[in-house]
Amino acid sequence: MLDYAWIIAFIPAVSFVAILLLGRKFPRHGSEIGIAAVGASFVLACVAVVQWINRVENATGASAFKALGKGFVAKAGEHEAVVKPVVHSVTWWQSGGLKFGAGTQIDGLAVVLLFVVTLVSLLVHVYSTAYMHGDRRYTYFYAALSLFTASMLLLVIADNTLQLLVGWELVGLCSFMLIGHWWEEGANSNAALKAFFTTRTGDVGLMIGVIVTFFAAGQTFNIVSINEAALAGKGGHALWLGGAVCLLVGIIGKSGQFPLHTWLPDAMAGPTPVSALIHAATMVVAGVYLGARVYGVFWQGFSIDAGGVNAMALIGGVTIIIGALLAFVQDDIKKVLAYSTISQLGYMVMGLGVGAWTAAVFHLFTHAFFKALLFLGAGSISHSGSHHSFDMKRDMGGLRKYMPITFTTFMIGSAALAGLPPFAGFFSKDEIIATAGHFGYDAFLYIGLAGAFLTAAYMTRAIYYTFFGEFRGHGQPHESPPAITGPLVVLAAFSVFAGWLNATVVHVEKFQQWFEPRFAFPTQVIHPSFRFGEGAIAVIVALAGVGVAYAYYWRGVGHGVTERNPLARLGYRFLLNKYYLDDLYERVIVAGIKGPIARAAYWTNQNLIDAVINGVGKGTRAVGQFTYDVIDQRVVDGAVNGIAEASGETGGLLRYMQSGRVQWYAAILFFAVAVLSLALIVFS
Amino acid sequence: MVAENVAFWIIAAAMAGAAIGVVRTQNVVHAALFLVVVLAGAAAQYILLAAEFVAWVQVLVYIGAIVILFLFGIMLTRAPMRGDTELDNDQRWIAAVTALFVLGVLVFLLVDAFGDRAIKVDDSLRAVGLSQHVADSIFRTYVMPFEIVSMLLLAALVGAVAIARRD
Amino acid sequence: MQINQFLILSAFLFCTGIYGVLARRNGVLVLMSVELMLNAVNINLVAFAAFNHSVSGQVFALFVITIAAAEVGVGLAIVLLIYRNLRSPDLDHVDQLKG
Repeated sequence: MLDYAWIIAFIPAVSFVAILLLGRKFPRHGSEIGIAAVGASFVLACVAVVQWINRVENATGASAFKALGKGFVAKAGEHEAVVKPVVHSVTWWQSGGLKFGAGTQIDGLAVVLLFVVTLVSLLVHVYSTAYMHGDRRYTYFYAALSLFTASMLLLVIADNTLQLLVGWELVGLCSFMLIGHWWEEGANSNAALKAFFTTRTGDVGLMIGVIVTFFAAGQTFNIVSINEAALAGKGGHALWLGGAVCLLVGIIGKSGQFPLHTWLPDAMAGPTPVSALIHAATMVVAGVYLGARVYGVFWQGFSIDAGGVNAMALIGGVTIIIGALLAFVQDDIKKVLAYSTISQLGYMVMGLGVGAWTAAVFHLFTHAFFKALLFLGAGSISHSGSHHSFDMKRDMGGLRKYMPITFTTFMIGSAALAGLPPFAGFFSKDEIIATAGHFGYDAFLYIGLAGAFLTAAYMTRAIYYTFFGEFRGHGQPHESPPAITGPLVVLAAFSVFAGWLNATVVHVEKFQQWFEPRFAFPTQVIHPSFRFGEGAIAVIVALAGVGVAYAYYWRGVGHGVTERNPLARLGYRFLLNKYYLDDLYERVIVAGIKGPIARAAYWTNQNLIDAVINGVGKGTRAVGQFTYDVIDQRVVDGAVNGIAEASGETGGLLRYMQSGRVQWYAAILFFAVAVLSLALIVFS
Repeated sequence: MVAENVAFWIIAAAMAGAAIGVVRTQNVVHAALFLVVVLAGAAAQYILLAAEFVAWVQVLVYIGAIVILFLFGIMLTRAPMRGDTELDNDQRWIAAVTALFVLGVLVFLLVDAFGDRAIKVDDSLRAVGLSQHVADSIFRTYVMPFEIVSMLLLAALVGAVAIARRD
Repeated sequence: MQINQFLILSAFLFCTGIYGVLARRNGVLVLMSVELMLNAVNINLVAFAAFNHSVSGQVFALFVITIAAAEVGVGLAIVLLIYRNLRSPDLDHVDQLKG
């Protein structure tokens, strides 16, 4: 399969055409074609993963199954063998002596992405049969999903930057089509346009970057050659710095990094399965994928091993904090998740920036599962719980009673996102944070920890509003059909177990061993071993986030909890409903110590502890609101709007040329042609 | 040689006058009739150039089919038959300047490039124009474009039906 | 005969066509002007075929005639559609692209 990986991308492309032409004729309006095609791709992707693992294990002297038999303990010396990527290329076209190839480059990174994309896409296909049931453009929706899957796979298997660019633009187009799926509402089509144009802004950088690296690497688009040339520093450091900056602009646009992140929350106007597939698990990580793909360019350009601070890590770090703070002030559950995605993408970009390649890709891998899970969970809530509303404050609340499966899986996804062990997010996030300290990026270590705190807190808030308290919507909420809960359960399983692939805490480093490149890759990348101190701090920070948010939001509900110490209540939760002890406590002891002690305790409780908790909560909220109001809405949007207005003014002057009458245009055309011919006559 | 030249200039003058008629007359049906004159004149020029097959195709397809299509178009759009409505728009002068400018550039270029080089009309040229040779050329050298053109015609047929259909 | 006399006749027809395309308001008349321009091209092709004693020019003239027929078919269909939607065959009314 490694040699014929193009088939994996080709199947959904065929499915796209088939659905478009024949979809309506089928009993289920084309969805079965899409599911079958992506299912086939998924099986082939699994085969590719197994074959790749075998290839790595053979190179290091053992088969995958033997390795499994021996247990997951990695041995020293296993990482040294060189495993070249499987590259196949055909000449696409020739021009001026240059050959432009189209081909596949299959290595660890590619098989990881193949697996993630096909799995999430398959689950989203299944999920949409229920979620999009009865939609007026159901067939079209499946056609677009197939096209998206094909484009994303094309991007993933690309062996040259030009093909990567083609896939990159195609997924952008599909994103546009799917965000605007319900284009009858103006807001949706505006959101689609905003997403398209904002990412296009970044794409300009990417295109220039592709051209710069083309010349810097000696006139080749080939990714392996570019990485080799970059690591050798061919042509001087400044050239690679320029290339890296341009490519970084592309990453900023596609992966929703500050300051071009504004499109991603708006993109939530699309159907929820689309948000899960495109704006959480796959397309938005294309930027991170690009960063991981041509890592040599960034390594060389930003001198990542030098430590201190660099543009990539800085952008990622800023994005982590900005995204996480914004998530606090959203009422729309999908927007909370969107800002969370921005923040998590910030982790990945920062991870690449601080030299944590494996950790960043590993986080990409685990994040795809739990974020897709959370989005699909939100979709399940809106589908069956809140009458197609995403407003947590008005239409949700108390849903844990009605939707047990959605609730459980959502909790698992949140725990994974918050980085609580033993869920997937813990291992990947912790590795990014741990590696940040390695090359001397200490500042980013603290940013990562702060982000972990905020992440845990805002997810707790979202869960509170969604699942606890009284149901505030109307109608009768109920659990979603199996087509929706099935994918949730599968993703929940991955959210629990995926992290153990690289659980450094028990010395399992299979992800690194199997999927990290050994060829045309910076050799200085080092994987610090797990330190319990750092891990513990990360967990404590995350728990603190949960605790603070828990205390703050549950207190506000007023179900008699306000009288008590929230921290004590938190303790109660951990003590698991021992109500007979509580009775004993109330009847025997409370009677005894009523009076001054109780009152003193009460005072401390109300004035000291609550003040601290309320203060932290309010402070966080205020900072979030400030970031949203001033930085996001005024500064960033202001700059964007300013550029738009300048264009508008110019356009206003030029509109007199645009009378809308075809013959006027034709007159200009003919006249211009004649003038140009005259110029040619005169000057030749 | 002289006879041919005389014929050329007579036909050319008729064509030029008719062409101006096509673009200047205020009656749509007259414009179509002027167009017939231009097309027939072109066919006559082809005969002068020993391209008889092309000339007959010109007569059959252009005058026989296309002009009829135009007449149908005129009829279906209920174009005014009398010269009482304005058929020109208000950018007539811009159009005239542009056309003359293009004409000037073209004539300058042609005179500069070809001077007074002559076309040798002899037996070998007449042999080239035989429909046998044209057919050979179409179905040997240019068979691919020929097939593509037939596809194009089919597509245009379907397209015209799809566009003009009342639904 | 000189080649230039054909070429200049052709240039004249072409420019008349340009004038018609630009100055005519009625869609059918614009299409007729386009036919003038196509004929100019045909005359060029046949003249060069004679100049070079090659049959290729004539073959291409035939192709142009075929394509002209297709073009008129589609073009008239469009004019009909415009007429049906705007109650007038005048291209002045087609200014929805106005900025």
